[in-house]
Amino acid sequence: MSGIGQAVSRLDGPGKVSGRTLYIGDIPLDDVTYAVMVPATRPHARIRTIDLAAATAAPGVIGIFTHHNTPRFGRIDVPLSQPVMPLQDDRVLYEGQPVALVVADTLERATHAARLVAVAYDETPFDADFAADLSRTEVAPAFFGIPPDNAKGDVSAAWSAAEVQLEGVYRTADRHHSAMEPAATLAIWRDGELRIHDATQGVFDARACVAQALHLDPEQVRVSNTFIGGGFGGKGWGWPYQILAAMAARELGRPVKLVLTRAQTFTSHGYQAATHQTVALSAQRDGTLSSIRHDSIVAGSFAGDHVEGAGWDTHALYASPAFSTTHRLRRLHRGNPAAMRAPFGGVGLVAVEIAMDELAYKLGMDPLALRLKNHTDVDPSDGKPFSAKKLRACYEIGARRFGWSDRRAAPRSMRDGRELVGYGMSSLVLRAYRFAANARVSIDRDGAVRIETATQDVGQGLSTVIPQIAADALGVPVDRVSLVLGDTILPVAPFTGGSSATMSVGSAVQDAAVKLRERLIAAGANGPEGYAGALAALNVESLSADGTWAPADPEASPAIFSFGAVFAEVGVDEDIPIPRVRRIVGVYDAGKIMNPKTARSQMTGGVVWGIGQALLERSETDPRLGRFVSKNLAGYLVPVNADIPEINTTFVESFDPHASPLGARGIGELGALGVAPAIANAVFHATGVRVREVPIRPEHLLVG
Amino acid sequence: MQHFAYSRVATLADAINAMQQPDAMVIAGGTELLNWMKEGIAAPARLIDVNGIADLAQVTADDRGLRIGALARLSDVAEHPVVRTAYPAIAQALLASASPQIRNMATIGGNLMQRTRCPYFRAEVEVPCNKRRPGSGCAAMSGNDRTAAVLGATAQCIATHPSDLAVALAALDATVHVTGASGPRSIPLVSFYRQPDGTTERETRLDAGELITAIEVPASAVARQSRYLKLRERASYEFALVSVAVGLDVEEGRIRAASIALGGVAPKPWRLCATEDALQRVTLSDEAAVRKTLTADFADATPGRHNGFKVELAKRAVVRALQMAGEGA
Repeated sequence: MSGIGQAVSRLDGPGKVSGRTLYIGDIPLDDVTYAVMVPATRPHARIRTIDLAAATAAPGVIGIFTHHNTPRFGRIDVPLSQPVMPLQDDRVLYEGQPVALVVADTLERATHAARLVAVAYDETPFDADFAADLSRTEVAPAFFGIPPDNAKGDVSAAWSAAEVQLEGVYRTADRHHSAMEPAATLAIWRDGELRIHDATQGVFDARACVAQALHLDPEQVRVSNTFIGGGFGGKGWGWPYQILAAMAARELGRPVKLVLTRAQTFTSHGYQAATHQTVALSAQRDGTLSSIRHDSIVAGSFAGDHVEGAGWDTHALYASPAFSTTHRLRRLHRGNPAAMRAPFGGVGLVAVEIAMDELAYKLGMDPLALRLKNHTDVDPSDGKPFSAKKLRACYEIGARRFGWSDRRAAPRSMRDGRELVGYGMSSLVLRAYRFAANARVSIDRDGAVRIETATQDVGQGLSTVIPQIAADALGVPVDRVSLVLGDTILPVAPFTGGSSATMSVGSAVQDAAVKLRERLIAAGANGPEGYAGALAALNVESLSADGTWAPADPEASPAIFSFGAVFAEVGVDEDIPIPRVRRIVGVYDAGKIMNPKTARSQMTGGVVWGIGQALLERSETDPRLGRFVSKNLAGYLVPVNADIPEINTTFVESFDPHASPLGARGIGELGALGVAPAIANAVFHATGVRVREVPIRPEHLLVG
Repeated sequence: MQHFAYSRVATLADAINAMQQPDAMVIAGGTELLNWMKEGIAAPARLIDVNGIADLAQVTADDRGLRIGALARLSDVAEHPVVRTAYPAIAQALLASASPQIRNMATIGGNLMQRTRCPYFRAEVEVPCNKRRPGSGCAAMSGNDRTAAVLGATAQCIATHPSDLAVALAALDATVHVTGASGPRSIPLVSFYRQPDGTTERETRLDAGELITAIEVPASAVARQSRYLKLRERASYEFALVSVAVGLDVEEGRIRAASIALGGVAPKPWRLCATEDALQRVTLSDEAAVRKTLTADFADATPGRHNGFKVELAKRAVVRALQMAGEGA
């Protein structure tokens, strides 16, 4: 059997490691043309003139689009998509905004002609410097349906009355998704219908965006993909490049392929925006928290409403009679940010969990003991119990695996030769984002099972886990199960993001498979061996069942969150203070694990993301040019193998029936949480220098 | 399309002839030139592929010194037994460079001809950069100068030179052999690179139509006890924030001779001549005394707004590298 809970190797692995798997940019097509965007080089301007003479005369050019000849796009109301439509007027609101699109018969010719497009700008004053004036902010709009402010109890009274107070300002940097596969669209207009192959994390969202922009009935648009070479939030929702490729295909009557350049990936589908967070904690001498205040100023955009919800999950971390979280948006002349692994809490935990470490030192308490002191089994915001919380076990197992008890409390008290050694830890919390999903499961007389659902595989293991769920329900081997996904002609499923796919889509697939099994049993099958006979009795070649799942009303549910604990050991040379991570232990509470092998891979990958956040990833902005300084992977550093030490992750499993019928919660973002604060706390323990921002750099530690 | 002609040559004479044509550039490993062409930094009309000149790829050594052909691949030189034992800083600098795949392609001559990694120079569109377009200014000076030079910068340019190899060669008194239409000549590596001036785009003393043919490094006690230390935030596949090559001749714990060059802090490999002089007779294990010798060479440091930390980091790197060389580490 190879059902739920089995360590099945990736079914998509052989195709990927052998290079057979086709990504969007690889799809061969006769008569295809190549589109290349011309990005604005100013962050805020009006286009005075666009000189197309040289570009038009360049060999191979088929069409050039600017705001002068691009059709008017419709308004898009798909949540979280980029609201500023490209090539509609002479206004430039961010550096990198497309100001022209060149289509030619080869990629090289299109690239060359795009360089020949000469744009003259009338520059207007701009603000692209987040840190310059943090007083110019506005109350963040509600986002994802989550209001910007949340509070309970009297925080200021608790603060004033407290025996111990701690307040700090914590900063996180702009970061870019840097997926291996640059976003790509192949648009084909044929007989009044638009066929789009797109590396999107949400085929239905992309379809809605393109249909609305091009004034089409959604039924006229089909969006699909099979595999995505990493998304991490950058390929969700709708972005201008998708609309431009579709528009050009219709206007030219030719298939159009648009693959972003690496540089364009830095300005075309968002980024994780920098934050400036203030955390204030008050406590009694014994460590009991009396209030938590978490105020976030987050970088935003004049070209969209994205809010980095750093404090959204803060209230669920610890028992505190009073808490307050606020979000203020500082809009800048930069492109709209986006969700990026791990968004929201992935940014907010850096602040709160470093502050908790500071409080522990102030109290003279062990940092883990302080967390345990403030453990809560109910959501402090409404008193509801958590659905199936196992955080205490995570702490205990993590501390044992890591050897936390070997930690000497004083900073600079542990060393290995010339290296100062530090231990640090962090709690983590992640709310369960869940969405309605649909699936169809069918079986034929040979016993071949087929799953159809419009979910997307972003490389996380979904193509293995989803067949396991159907195999489990039907009692058949997983190698008899195939999966067709990522296509708007399939049963509707949500975008892949927010750690939601297994819960949402997996539950719909299970529902369909169970219904199919029931039908087969009703037709006489005693078990899997009887399926063929049942089909014969029904006199059909195959039988299918539709399944669906939607989350229950949250008002009637317990508080559904995942938890975990991360322990980090770092080494910092006593003279050359460049921190290196020596090992990471992560223990996670995410309900039932569908496949321990793919889950372990996913957690390992998440920890690597956390290491990048802690020590490397920072997209520098030049405030005078209003641009990200390095739009390439030589200047924007992500970890390489040499940066990654032993990573030891495990789960404390339980069956969470409230989260999903599978008992599972999501894990996609879980591994990236808590790593950066654990490392930052370990760096303090090693060096005695408290760094309240990430990434931590040598200049932060070169003191004295 | 930016069209260019491509031709292969099999002899040095043919290469020199071909290079006298206008807008010709030499291609060997291609790991740097192709980047420039894709990024719009260079647009040669002719590429002369010199990979077929077999005798330019040889590495030979005798009692007097080491000769590395310009076409030798970084990985081959790094693994050469004589280089590893008698010139360890060179092997260490090469192994700290780029990635194994790039080291298998990139050549010694090409490595020396690398251009700065300054993000403004490498931008996907032109921003003010005197190297990229003479006279356009320097955006890094008023912008993000974290990776910029703290020594030897000028009002034209604050970029650093990225080669690890060049730093080791500078410390070991290497000579660059070049050949052009008017014949061969040799240039000491320490003066091979120009400090940025009115012609910032010209980074070396190589004349148009000239080609690097070989590097010579004299054998010495200092070379034998040399060490390369590269500091960077990413543990591999990153250019140096600060690097240092040192060579030492120590007698009974006292420094008889020292040779030191810094990388990542200046427009060229930066020899610390005053430090080298001051280190003579200093007891290597006396860290405070060693540290004190650095004062004069850093007196003229010109840190900007974000890169001041490099001064302190460089000083500490020198002290550490001297200790490591002394320990034979």
